[in-house]
Amino acid sequence: MVAPHVDVSNDEHAELLACRSLVTLRINGRETKLTIAPWTTLLDLLREHLDLTGTKKGCDNGQCGACTVLVDGTRINACLTLAVTKDGSEVTTIEGLSAGDQLHPVQKAFIERDAFQCGYCTPGQICSIVGLLREGRAKTTRDVRELMSGNICRCGAYANIVAAIEDVLTEASHTPDGEREP
Amino acid sequence: MKNRLIGTSVPRKEAFDKVTGRARYVDDVSFPGMIYGTTVRSKVARGRLRGIALGPGIPWDEFVVVTAKDIPGINAIHLINDDQPCLADGVINHPEEPVVLLAHPDKHLLEKARQAVVLDIDELPAVHSIEDALAKTAVVWGEDNIFKRYTIEKGDIAEAFANADVILEGHYETGAQEQLYIENNGVIASYSEEAGVTIWGSLQCPYYIQKALIPLFGVGPERARVIQLETGGGFGGKEEYPSMIASHAALLAKKAGVPVKIIYDRAEDMAATTKRHPSRTVVRAAVMRDGTVVGLDIDFAIDGGAYSTLSQVVLSRGLIHAAGPYSCPNVHILGRAVATNSPPHGAFRGFGAPQSIFALERHLDEIGKYLGIAPDEIRRRNFVKPGQTLATGQVVRDDVDMNVLLDRALEAAGWGDKKARFAVENREEGSVKRGIGLATFLHGTGFTGSGEKFLASIVGVEATADGHVRVLAASTEIGQGTNTIFAQIAGDALGVDYDVIQVGQPDTAFVPNSGPTVASRTCTIVGKLVETAALGLRQTLLGSGLLEEPYSSEQFVKACSAYVARSGELRAYAEYKQPPYIKWDEDTFKGDAYGAYSWAVYVASVKVDTLTYEATVEDFVALQEVGKVIHPTLAAGQIEGGVAQGIGWALYENVVWKNGRMANDRMTDYIMPTSVDLPPIRALFAESPYSYGPSGAKGIGELPMDGPGPAIVNAILDAVGIGIPRIPATPEVVMEAYLANTSVTRVCRATEVARG
Repeated sequence: MVAPHVDVSNDEHAELLACRSLVTLRINGRETKLTIAPWTTLLDLLREHLDLTGTKKGCDNGQCGACTVLVDGTRINACLTLAVTKDGSEVTTIEGLSAGDQLHPVQKAFIERDAFQCGYCTPGQICSIVGLLREGRAKTTRDVRELMSGNICRCGAYANIVAAIEDVLTEASHTPDGEREP
Repeated sequence: MKNRLIGTSVPRKEAFDKVTGRARYVDDVSFPGMIYGTTVRSKVARGRLRGIALGPGIPWDEFVVVTAKDIPGINAIHLINDDQPCLADGVINHPEEPVVLLAHPDKHLLEKARQAVVLDIDELPAVHSIEDALAKTAVVWGEDNIFKRYTIEKGDIAEAFANADVILEGHYETGAQEQLYIENNGVIASYSEEAGVTIWGSLQCPYYIQKALIPLFGVGPERARVIQLETGGGFGGKEEYPSMIASHAALLAKKAGVPVKIIYDRAEDMAATTKRHPSRTVVRAAVMRDGTVVGLDIDFAIDGGAYSTLSQVVLSRGLIHAAGPYSCPNVHILGRAVATNSPPHGAFRGFGAPQSIFALERHLDEIGKYLGIAPDEIRRRNFVKPGQTLATGQVVRDDVDMNVLLDRALEAAGWGDKKARFAVENREEGSVKRGIGLATFLHGTGFTGSGEKFLASIVGVEATADGHVRVLAASTEIGQGTNTIFAQIAGDALGVDYDVIQVGQPDTAFVPNSGPTVASRTCTIVGKLVETAALGLRQTLLGSGLLEEPYSSEQFVKACSAYVARSGELRAYAEYKQPPYIKWDEDTFKGDAYGAYSWAVYVASVKVDTLTYEATVEDFVALQEVGKVIHPTLAAGQIEGGVAQGIGWALYENVVWKNGRMANDRMTDYIMPTSVDLPPIRALFAESPYSYGPSGAKGIGELPMDGPGPAIVNAILDAVGIGIPRIPATPEVVMEAYLANTSVTRVCRATEVARG
């Protein structure tokens, strides 16, 4: 987390730090009201205010995709999103995809295909895939690879990630209800 | 002992936690009262530190401030030579060198404070290249900027060069590479007078950190405890560096009296922590007209950065791999690790071998091109065979036939068909040209030379009250599958189901020192100890009267539980014993450098756009002989991931240096492969069991880093006839070589030897 780079006196800094905004979000199905500093990113709100640490911070610059979450069903980088700009939205994180031991089809496919190694990019990959499936644009393997290129996996599990996605795509095309809405 | 788990692809032990977000990495953990730490670093490469000033506008009385003066013990990060200070004291030797530590409960204010600290430094001349270090443009370490010098001698090099038909000399360079695990470095430290230091962190080697904390704090091992949390990738980048960050957090925690968390941000991690050593290699080969290499004279140099850290070990592995899987009878290899004023370079998958292998495998293609011998054929004429010797004089004991591996890899890659097709297509108009290239290589399993003997690793297994068996080892799960393969190995040794085996959290208070998680040693060396310890536990149980053969998994669990209820505990340990045939002389670099090698043939197909000078890998075949494959899916994952990093190193990952500091310290400027940049990577295995590995397994993790660089650049040579002398072969590098028409005589100088 980087402080606002504003040349201010200590008093002004204290005043800035004291500045607060109210934000209401529906997070994983639960309405959540928070009073936060206006520069709080959605990522920091999830991790530091709500202890939803499944969403990861990899670069804090929108470059790695580890913080991908779904906002109103659309995948976004939570680190580049000020929480106050999403007031009133529905947010789904990795914690909201499974219900107890009941895994989302993408999570199941990840285990079956061993689509991860260290696991740090995995929550972002999975949320990104759920968004991708909803977009309905990925028709070919090449599309999948292109449309997932914002989620970096340094362990290089891409082949298995793509295989997991294709498993879910195939299953969804066979059973229309196969894809559970988050 | 029957294999029921080994050789199958069981689910990863930690799979559920990783796909649900429940896995707890260090930044996901907090403690009551915990505050945050940060590091004030030098902006200059080299100088004298005259003073530290805490600038205006910050309520400094709220801060914990630590400098070198606060270190209770020795101001060094204990590793090999102990020349690297924990905090700079008086002298600065690289940009980003840590000088002051700060801690505060408020991260925002902490960052503001970090920027307000003023370091008063008198700059001194610095060294920023291997050539300048060797030329001593300034002396920045010791008397001659050389951390370490080793040589390997085999046969009579002078005679070989006098009697060869032709001598070919080539110069090759490889760049630094950032590990770029997606989870940045981070630790939490706590301190109390009674318990001493406790570290929780993202790390590969708990006992390295313990060893570093002991002299820093002047405490015994019982007051320096290290616990590994889930770790988001390491690749070597969390081998030695976590000792630094753990030391810093511990110093802050001691002074603060509360736990302190330090998490690096991406730019700090990229600029300040270790990278792969840049290298430059001069290869002179004495060759006969038929392609037989009769002499190799190799000068291998790596840039170690400002402190010696692991450079001498990286150097030795690079040196030993420099002559490849060939039987060349006359070899001289000079290896030097030099000092420059950049942050110390360190461990990264492959550990020196990819650098020296790049040079030799590139050079073989240049030799072949000069003599008119195909890349596969020139290698066939030089492959080592069982019973023959490698450069160190080590007799090859592995049951390996490189010709068979080569045949299989070429067939899988469609070598012949592609060669023919590309030759036709490349004559057509159009800017895209295609080529196919290969590399053949080996990679030593475990620590070099007598390293494993000195480590004397220990592994334990213990029965739990509910009858499960827990593996106790310091070997860490960092994504490569440690927990899973240990469970497979122990499960098969005990003859029980996968779920019966648990793997204990690496915590120096509870697990024995099974050595660091490095050097492709976890499966083969530590795995073998897991197997031995498990067999010991089984013997105890069978001897106790509580269990009789044959038994089911359920009967075993019951017996285990009954034993614990009766006797309180059931544990067995195994300690590493070196295979009796290993003889290694550290002074002369002669003998058995490794207990075994893994062997490989990699083939890359590339296209080169001669308008944009962009090279792209279109297909990749990776065939390796790794002994027994314990877990086919995990093994393929190791190969695919290593090849992906190798492709990055070969084509994309360009560390731009500015006065010793990484200028492109973010992921937008430092380009690594994404899902769309990678070709199909076909991982193929040959299995030739190694008698000292568990079920015959050898090392696997680092091997895939060695082949992609030379295979890809050799494919570029095949596509456009241009020999690229250095990687990463970015479009700029390809363009420069292309415009200079770098043919064999430019990359590589040939001298015909006159015969009297």
